[in-house]
Amino acid sequence: MESHSGIAAVVKKTLNRRYRAERRFRRIGLAAVAVGLLFLAVLFTAIVSKGYTAFQQTHVLLDVYVDPDVVHVGNLDSADYQGLIKASLRELFPDVKGHRDKRNLYKLVSSGAGSILRQKVLEDTSLIGRRIQIWVPADDDVDMVIKGHVDRSLPESQRRLNNKSLAWVDALKEQGRLEKRWNLTFFTAGDSREPELAGIWGATVGSFYTLLITLSLSFPLGTAAAVYLEEFAPRNRWTDLLEVNINNLAAVPSIVFGLLGLAVFLNFFGLPRSSPLVGGLVLTLMTLPTIIIAGRAALQSVPPSIRDAALAVGASKMQAVFHHVLPLALPGMLTGTIIGMARALGETAPLLMVGMVAFIVDIPRGFTDAATALPVQIFLWADSPERAFVEKTSAAIMVLLGFLILMNGAAVFLRNRYERRW
Amino acid sequence: MTIGVLWIPLVLLAATSYLLGRKRAVQAASTGVRLHSRPTYYGTYVALWCLLPAVGVAALWIALEPWVLTHLIVRDLPDSYRHLPPDRLGLVLNDVKNLATGAMVSGEPDAALRAAADHYRSLRSLGASAMVVACFSLALLGLFWSIRRVRADFRARNQVERVIRGFLILSATLAVFTTVGIVLSVLFEALRFFRAVPPWEFFFGLQWSPQMAIRADQVGSSGAFGMIPVFTGTMLISAIAMGLAVPVGLFSAIYLSEYASRAVRAVVKPLLEILAGVPTVVYGFFAALTVGPTIRHMGEWLGLEVASESALAAGLVMGIMIIPFISSLSDDVINAVPQDLRDGSLALGATRSETIRQVVLPAALPGIMGGVLLGVSRAIGETMIVVMAAGLSANLTMNPLQAVTTVTVQIVTLLVGDQEFDSPKTLAAFALGLVLFLVTLVLNVISLAVVRRYREQYE
Repeated sequence: MESHSGIAAVVKKTLNRRYRAERRFRRIGLAAVAVGLLFLAVLFTAIVSKGYTAFQQTHVLLDVYVDPDVVHVGNLDSADYQGLIKASLRELFPDVKGHRDKRNLYKLVSSGAGSILRQKVLEDTSLIGRRIQIWVPADDDVDMVIKGHVDRSLPESQRRLNNKSLAWVDALKEQGRLEKRWNLTFFTAGDSREPELAGIWGATVGSFYTLLITLSLSFPLGTAAAVYLEEFAPRNRWTDLLEVNINNLAAVPSIVFGLLGLAVFLNFFGLPRSSPLVGGLVLTLMTLPTIIIAGRAALQSVPPSIRDAALAVGASKMQAVFHHVLPLALPGMLTGTIIGMARALGETAPLLMVGMVAFIVDIPRGFTDAATALPVQIFLWADSPERAFVEKTSAAIMVLLGFLILMNGAAVFLRNRYERRW
Repeated sequence: MTIGVLWIPLVLLAATSYLLGRKRAVQAASTGVRLHSRPTYYGTYVALWCLLPAVGVAALWIALEPWVLTHLIVRDLPDSYRHLPPDRLGLVLNDVKNLATGAMVSGEPDAALRAAADHYRSLRSLGASAMVVACFSLALLGLFWSIRRVRADFRARNQVERVIRGFLILSATLAVFTTVGIVLSVLFEALRFFRAVPPWEFFFGLQWSPQMAIRADQVGSSGAFGMIPVFTGTMLISAIAMGLAVPVGLFSAIYLSEYASRAVRAVVKPLLEILAGVPTVVYGFFAALTVGPTIRHMGEWLGLEVASESALAAGLVMGIMIIPFISSLSDDVINAVPQDLRDGSLALGATRSETIRQVVLPAALPGIMGGVLLGVSRAIGETMIVVMAAGLSANLTMNPLQAVTTVTVQIVTLLVGDQEFDSPKTLAAFALGLVLFLVTLVLNVISLAVVRRYREQYE
């Protein structure tokens, strides 16, 4: 009794301290989770708050006189449409004199305005000789002023627009000639040096071709490798080596795959540089281990009784696997493949190595055309000095994340809908 | 090109042979004899015989064509061209090929080149037609040979399955070929680099400035290729990253697996895993545009000198990227610790945290270490964050507020853009790639072995 109560006393004395330690430990754990979630929130807020404005673009309303002396049936394609735009700007501000002022005035409107006017005239030639109202994109500097990204209190020399230009912008705004409109260009155009004319369609198409190559190679090859390793391979040192090798390959830095692509596909086989073909091949090698590992897990989860039943009614081993086991494992394999594709879609470094990092204006039309991919486009824009590219970059990131969420959502859906628990 | 035209009839032919083979098998069975295999196997057998040899020849030709043609052209060139040094000869051959395709040519081509171009053109068309003829005769030959073998007692299924098995094995060994390809390509170029720069200078040099002058007599014409500062930069950034990722990742794994209710876990775990799915280029943008300036402002406020591309910014953001990686791996190993151990400790009167610290964590430690090593290997190999947020100048420093460069940054800057492939500058990238590959390989092998061993311990 004596000793018992002595122990109890000792325990009691330390109990408060121990409970405090318990609470402290628990709070540290909670704080860690909170920090993780905080980072997630900050990341997404930073991207979205910078990027959402890019989905709108400031446009200018101009009254353009389609001068029949400038545009006539003979030169519909090559007429000086930008000159007409400039003339209409001069009409708006008739008291602007001097060469430099005029040039600044012209700079308020995007250099792509002429081609919009051309498009309009080509569609309807009866416009020639008439005075028309047309909305054209404003220059990115004007766009930034309208969106409030420019600090007007800065001295004139540190701003991209001088005081006169700002006054013109204000005048245009007062006349109701400036309006933020849905930025369709961003979704339909290729890359451009002018932020207001740049879009992600070219990069999206490049990504699409690249992923098409990756998918069409890595899914069959990955499935076949998983089937062999899980169902047919004998257990020996050779297959052990294969397994270790595949696990290692899954953890090799992606840039090393880029080096491989550069040395083998470009320099040795001489495949076209910057093409989705080479990008797709490199990404195939990179995603294969992921797909193989996921595929093996899916095959493992199919119970042996399925195989036994098939073999018992006289199927060959191959028939048992391809007719019975594989269909049951397919949802799991597809889930793994989609996740691998999502990783491939977000991958940048190996594509830099094989030259998919060029400035490409045209929309790629095939597997061997020069192209960029969405993440590479983000990288390129992030490097551009113009302020307007910041919001373009963030918006492109939002689009990329949208695709990724869609793909991962599809994977989760597939898993919940079709995966069977045995 | 010819291949595009070739495919369609070849596939049609294969489809026809499939139907023919199956029909013949059904006919053979109609006399009352039992077929060895299902009729589709006979069809597949014939189709394979029709398709595989033809495709093999086509692939061989596509691979060999440039080499053979070049060889033939060089043989027929006048002696004055044939004895040119290899790189000049390459230019001449390029001219010949451009002449043949009607593209722009540098300078005025002489008669010999024109003749060679004509020769090249005729050889090319001859080769293409020869390949088409060879392909189709092989396809037809395979078709006729195999269809004659279709009889009731012919074991078509076994033959087809053998081909499928071959394809399976080939796919599985592709991973080995990839590894071999990586090792060979990186090693080969690295060895060429070591011919220009001695290995000890590369591995132990304290100076890294790979700017090579175009002319040999320019100032600073010999770049310095010591990888120590570059590697130190990598280590510094990785250490910062792990310093953030390990505590946060490990403690959130402990909290989620030991304390959190099922509902909280079901919501928080996928949310944290979103961080793992965010592309690294997004993290890079975040680091360069949000975290970097924030840290600089905070440094100015504290009166510290902070570089605009500080190691701290890149390291912290990389840490954020690795958090979910550490937490999900730790989660796995903590869950793998048998419940008996926890129950025993709790029954002895230990509190939850004492149980975790003194029983669960020691038991899970090898697995956690494996996860951390994998995380380190990932941090070392991470490219986009450091390319966008870390510097280019190779400072040999341990100060996280200064700009440092990393192995991956140097590889990217040396190899992006137009390069000639022979200068030490571009080859240095491959030497760095070799180091990167070896270091991550060692880390991966160790950590995978540890994790695997650990799993076996509790299975």
